Amino acid sequence: MRSLIRGPEAAPAPRDPAPSKLGYKYQRLMLTPGFRATVRIGVPIVLIAAIMTSWYSQPENRAALASKIAHTQQSFQERPQFMVQSLDVTGADDATMALVTALLPAEYPVSSFDLDLEGMRAAIEALAPVKSASVRVGQGGILDVQVNPRVPAAVWRDAQTLRLIDGDGVQSGTLRARGDRLDLPLIAGDGAEQKIAEALALYAGAGPLRERVRGLVRMGERRWDIVLDREQRILLPGDGAVAALDRVIALNEAQDMLRRDVAVVDMRNAERPTLRMNAEAAQALRRVNITTNNNDEAGN
Amino acid sequence: MGDLYDSQRAMRQMRKAAMQRGVVAILDVGTSKIACLVLRFDGPEHFRSGDGVGSMAGQSQFRVIGAATTRSRGVRFGEVDAMQETERAIRTAVQAAQKMANVRVDHVIACLSGARPRSYGLDGALDVSGGMVSEQDISQVMASCDVPDYGADREVLHAQPVNFALDHRSGLADPRGLIGNQLTTDMHMLTVDASAIQNIFYCIKRCDLELAGLASSAYVSGMSSLVEDEQELGAACIDLGGGSTGISVFMKKHMIYADSVRMGGEHVTSDISMGLQIPASTAERIKTFYGGVMATGMDDREMIEIGGDTGDWEHDRRTVSRAELIGIMRPRVEEILEEVRERLDAAGFEHLPSQQIVLSCGRSQIPGLDGLASKILGQQVRLGRPLRVQGLPQAAIGPAFSSAVGLTLFAANPQDEWWDFEIPADRYPAKSLKRAVKWFKDNW
Repeated sequence: MRSLIRGPEAAPAPRDPAPSKLGYKYQRLMLTPGFRATVRIGVPIVLIAAIMTSWYSQPENRAALASKIAHTQQSFQERPQFMVQSLDVTGADDATMALVTALLPAEYPVSSFDLDLEGMRAAIEALAPVKSASVRVGQGGILDVQVNPRVPAAVWRDAQTLRLIDGDGVQSGTLRARGDRLDLPLIAGDGAEQKIAEALALYAGAGPLRERVRGLVRMGERRWDIVLDREQRILLPGDGAVAALDRVIALNEAQDMLRRDVAVVDMRNAERPTLRMNAEAAQALRRVNITTNNNDEAGN
Repeated sequence: MGDLYDSQRAMRQMRKAAMQRGVVAILDVGTSKIACLVLRFDGPEHFRSGDGVGSMAGQSQFRVIGAATTRSRGVRFGEVDAMQETERAIRTAVQAAQKMANVRVDHVIACLSGARPRSYGLDGALDVSGGMVSEQDISQVMASCDVPDYGADREVLHAQPVNFALDHRSGLADPRGLIGNQLTTDMHMLTVDASAIQNIFYCIKRCDLELAGLASSAYVSGMSSLVEDEQELGAACIDLGGGSTGISVFMKKHMIYADSVRMGGEHVTSDISMGLQIPASTAERIKTFYGGVMATGMDDREMIEIGGDTGDWEHDRRTVSRAELIGIMRPRVEEILEEVRERLDAAGFEHLPSQQIVLSCGRSQIPGLDGLASKILGQQVRLGRPLRVQGLPQAAIGPAFSSAVGLTLFAANPQDEWWDFEIPADRYPAKSLKRAVKWFKDNW
């Protein structure tokens, strides 16, 4: 009789091709576009992010990462191609050179990544004797600084100090004695440094009087006086000063006016140029006049 | 009828949603095999490659992207017999088709072959009194059809308006806008067993799928197997299935009659199995390889090993001649065809202008069947093959797939059914505003 209790060697059931309900649902779920994208892209991203976050949350890992980054950066920046070996400053005199060099790094070689060229340029240009400057890392790792110094155009006497001043009215140094820079005109007076261009124009227009000009004085912050040697003085108007100076020069050429005992040529009123003689000349004139009058009276 | 009317409307909505998504599955639940096709709808002419032959019957708007077949289990006579087994078979087919298509399918259009279909011809009339026929008039004339009492346990599967007539002009396909007095319509209604529909509905639901349409397999295999002029002039499609044989009669491109004989290929197989004392799987194999219905002298000499695994040498070495096999198969095939003949006679098939008969589905591949069928059914018999649709694999273009292919056509452009028309205004339960508008229109 056939055994009713099924033994372990019972014939296996014929293979069922049907998917299990779970397998069927799983396949349909995996074919859903949104879910599929989530599983294929979202889950790996989340996993990677989680791993990275947990690694980064350890302080020693963070420190190691930071030092690694710093080391890599340093080893890159200190490659010989990027190293600056020496300094070359051109276009500056010794005093300025000392000032400029103080602003630049003292020790070489230095990596060009550590140099703030723009900042250095701004610092150099902030120096008084420097008009403009260009800073670049040139061929062969040379820090090439070209300084364009300020050219003083005049000497400005400010109280007791003599200062060099350029055409823009910017001071670029001091002088101990007037004799150091005889080639420059001397200007003085309140507000003279603000109208330096007018003064330079007058000095340029002085022409034949140039050797005799001692200086230009700003009077009342509105007009200029030209002081000549022999204590002579030309008073110029506020407007049309150069034209007035030209008239003085013309008068001087025609009549040798300034060779005479004239103390002041007053051109302030263009309608009425006025001369003031110096005291001796005035007395002499007066004496001559009296004598002449007496002779006339005696003669009469 | 209201319940089914609503559920059919819901299925149409579902079909529209599936079209919107662009992917819909076709499920042919047959007695011998379950076929699943996955269609992708990408708009008309999308798949057309350059110029050449244009769209074929409007079917170029979809493409078959997945196909799978599995041996059917738990289905008898085209009806679900064992729910679990059927569900597993459907899952197998759907999973394989989804895997091939690489998309998830949610909507399914299914067909069923059995369920005792019964056809009714209905007619209705409406007095339009000299006005223009409007859409509402068409709904009303269809609503005025005299619906017979088809029984409480049955459901309407198809209800298609077949013909419209206005006064004495008949054969109108679309009477809208015409002017006349009396509008009449002929309608073909197909009812099936409600329980069969419910079973298949439930089966598909258990597979997490939504049913987006349901059709009779006789109807859809007629759609795919009959060529256009046969559908126009009148023809019958004999759907020789595994468990049941469907009959559909087409005329003027409409199905006008459908029926089914509850006999099919499985009966032939069981006859062979009983006659030769062999298991059913062997019988099926022998039928497929050596079967036929016309014996010749050659067949007496062709011996078939029928085998066995009893261990008894005499029993395991049995052979039969092919003539014997044919002798077993032929009476059953004849019986089926006789039954079909009876149904066709009862339907008045001989009154059609053309009496073409097309044999389709799997069992039409029996060699010599067309000769036998022409003896029983009439001279104009041919073997049908389904239309070609794009993307269908080579394995699925045979006549066994005619109902699956027909379902794709049904899914792409279904015929107008009763529930596709507007609900007649006087049947609106709640939308009284439309009724008020109609009252104003009628009275002013």
